[in-house]
Amino acid sequence: MIMLKKFLVVMAAMAMPSLALAQPANPAPAPVTKEVAAPVVATPAAAPAAAEAAAPAAAAAPKSMDGSLPGYTPMRPDYANNVGMPKAKEVDFQEQFSDNGQYAKWINNTVLLPIITIISLFVLGLLLWVIVRFNRRVNPVPSKTTHNTFIEVVWTLVPVLILLGIAYPSLDLLAKQFKPAPADAVTIKATGYQWYWGYTYPDHGGFEVVSNMLKEEGDVAKGERFRTENDGPKLMAADNRMVVPAGVPLRIQTTAADVIHAFAVPSLWFKLDAVPGRLNEKSLTITKPGVYFGQCSELCGARHAFMPIVVEALPPEKFAAWVKAQGGTMPGAEKPAPAAAAPAAAAAPAPTTDTAAAPAAAPTK
Amino acid sequence: MTTIAATGTDLHAHDHHDADHKPGFFARWFMSTNHKDIGTLYLIFAIFAGVVGGAISGLMRLELAAPGIQYLQGWASMMAGKEASLDEAYHMWNVLITAHGLIMVFFMVMPAIIGGFGNWFVPLMIGAPDMAFPRMNNVSFWLTVVAFIMLLGSSFVPGGTGLGAGTGWTVYAPLSTSGSVGPAVDMAIFSLHLAGAASILGAINFITTIFNMRAPGMTLHKMPLFVWSVLVTAFLLLLALPVLAAAITMLLVDRNFGGAFFDAAAGGDPVLYQHLFWFFGHPEVYIMILPGFGIISQIVATFSRKPVFGYLGMAYAMVAIGVVGFVVWAHHMFTTGMSVDMKMYFTAATMVIAVPTGIKIFSWIATMWGGSVSFKTPMVWAMGFIFMFTVGGVTGVVLANGGLDDNLHDTYYVVAHFHYVLSLGAVFSLFAGFYYWFGKMSGRHLNEFLGHLHFWVFFIGVNVLFFPMHFLGNSGMPRRYPDYPEAFAYWNGVASMGYAIMAVGILIFFVNVIWSLLAGRRAEDNYWGEGATTLEWTLTSPPPYHQFETLPVIK
Repeated sequence: MIMLKKFLVVMAAMAMPSLALAQPANPAPAPVTKEVAAPVVATPAAAPAAAEAAAPAAAAAPKSMDGSLPGYTPMRPDYANNVGMPKAKEVDFQEQFSDNGQYAKWINNTVLLPIITIISLFVLGLLLWVIVRFNRRVNPVPSKTTHNTFIEVVWTLVPVLILLGIAYPSLDLLAKQFKPAPADAVTIKATGYQWYWGYTYPDHGGFEVVSNMLKEEGDVAKGERFRTENDGPKLMAADNRMVVPAGVPLRIQTTAADVIHAFAVPSLWFKLDAVPGRLNEKSLTITKPGVYFGQCSELCGARHAFMPIVVEALPPEKFAAWVKAQGGTMPGAEKPAPAAAAPAAAAAPAPTTDTAAAPAAAPTK
Repeated sequence: MTTIAATGTDLHAHDHHDADHKPGFFARWFMSTNHKDIGTLYLIFAIFAGVVGGAISGLMRLELAAPGIQYLQGWASMMAGKEASLDEAYHMWNVLITAHGLIMVFFMVMPAIIGGFGNWFVPLMIGAPDMAFPRMNNVSFWLTVVAFIMLLGSSFVPGGTGLGAGTGWTVYAPLSTSGSVGPAVDMAIFSLHLAGAASILGAINFITTIFNMRAPGMTLHKMPLFVWSVLVTAFLLLLALPVLAAAITMLLVDRNFGGAFFDAAAGGDPVLYQHLFWFFGHPEVYIMILPGFGIISQIVATFSRKPVFGYLGMAYAMVAIGVVGFVVWAHHMFTTGMSVDMKMYFTAATMVIAVPTGIKIFSWIATMWGGSVSFKTPMVWAMGFIFMFTVGGVTGVVLANGGLDDNLHDTYYVVAHFHYVLSLGAVFSLFAGFYYWFGKMSGRHLNEFLGHLHFWVFFIGVNVLFFPMHFLGNSGMPRRYPDYPEAFAYWNGVASMGYAIMAVGILIFFVNVIWSLLAGRRAEDNYWGEGATTLEWTLTSPPPYHQFETLPVIK
């Protein structure tokens, strides 16, 4: 009964925005108005950013050797605690930095893992018992039992009950994962290309950040940017990160320009295919500022293993500064003061998710 | 049908040697219409393909043993005959994973378990003189051979970034259409067409044989469980493979004739291909494992000296797995952006499969319970199967949860899961069947000690090889990666050591087979004794060239 209710609730929720087809129509008008606004705000800093967005893959000439911009320095990953990255010899999931991720990890480690371990050991125990008790020496005369309705019913019904026990939290998790992002959520569109990612910020002027894997020092021409420990682990670091605000609902959209890719970040329990011609969408809230690494997770050709995903979650005011450095605008700032970029950053500290960001959503409607 | 066969018997009844009259070498092995010879051909073919596919996985484990690209560029250069670029080396990796998957599925497991053991023992077990369509049987085999040659050939022609088809065994569009220019992918697709056609013909043959050529008195509910398993499998093949054929034909149209089935820019949808592929692909995994279930049922009953526990439950559990197997396909596509309703449905439906599978596991154990079990080599493999398949099965229950799959999808956890059900499931059942029936097929015994040694070395090897992959998947390592961050190095190194151990096990197997063929003890008619009650044990080892000229009557 509870399950049925859950289904209904979820179906009602689904009727709203997260249908893949209905969604693009909604945010689409927004960038149009904002793109008009963007050039107005454009400070000199916007020029290199725009050039970079337009330039394909490797050609992008970085402004600095460490990826920093005026008002923004890439955050150093937390190596000590393995935040957002795999740990050597690890057997468990990565530490989770979203509520749904923590819930999913809990379901696996507290519900499923004990159940499947017990079942496997139970079967192993029965087999060992057979070896000890029913071998030909100990039991020379086999029994003739071939049926026992009671036990057959038991081993049909008990698994059914176990599965129902698993299904409850599992479907609950699905319902939570599909909870649509609120109207004022920050939208980021991740586009998969062979073989790099582009991150577009339709709420902030529609600029696109092109993100390529950083090569090692020995593998690049002299004077070109290479990976340092500040950028992240080998094969996981990218020149330009997908910078997002922490603690704020995000609306992640994925699509692809050529073949199918998949946007995946294990420490956020997030994986969504980027399919040409489709706009997939999922909500995500990152609980703590940090750098979270992921890798393309759908075979996309030769350099499939070499297009990492790096999400840098910043406190909202630092995110606003980064947006400014990219030549974008904060949603609240565009109307009152089109020419002044600085107040936008000053206004940004205010948003505690709901209150200050709410007016931002209003003009898009 | 049975009457006709009986009349034929009468004509030859006087000349006893006629039953064993064999045609000359070429006619016998290249134009065969004999189910046992075709079964033998299938087994030899499958072993050869298994060696090729296994060698490819050896290359993969070698490259993955340590982080960095060590060998790929050299191999790619060898294939191309010139210095290969780094991108060509990466492409080579995709060719290797594609070939490994396709070879193991279509040219190792399926030919061995259905073409090999199915051909050999379905007619013997139902008391039939041969398959219903002997010539079609031969066509099936030779189509499979040509398909294999096509697939191997594809790795020598351009396939986009480098030589060969690097699309993964799933051949997802648009990587397989606009993403792979050159004839390699066309060749690989055509290879799948041929292998699929061969399997469809085989399926028709098995269904007709089982429905029409059972010995008098053998009702469906008296059929050995192996025959049941092949019957269910044949229906899965018949219903699933045409869908694959359609999907890959659409790929060919998109690639060569301006089609746009899967081209989003022209109104198509790449996800449509995935639905079509997995509508075939999920039943396909049951096609690979169901005959294994049948083999294990025969072996467990034989060595426990007890009839199978809950026979009807066992038979209909397989039917249930076959039916439900057709309505769970999209759990392979949880991250494609499907709606919450679909995700919930496919989560729930997938978990349902655990119930009939559990019935089978517990029924096997109940068959042993109270039995007088002798632990001969086939039985040891069967027990290994039961435990390892359970481990693979329960991780399947984890993956069935769409919400958890958001993290695990396309990671090494999935690789671990399907190798536990296939490489430790289907392959264990293949070895179990091989040790069980080798004496019947060849007339010579395999060595028990080498058989046990093979089991233990292989068992340890594959577990060291595949169990750490669960850990890699948990911590986020994606599939189909030729190189990985330093953090994944430890478990990858362990897995590669596991491969080496497993390879030693395979070596022991070949020593055993060769030794047995050269110097093995002659096998009696029923060398497993009183527990072996199916009809093949009433015949000589090996059986006469034409058996059951007088149809056996089942009471």
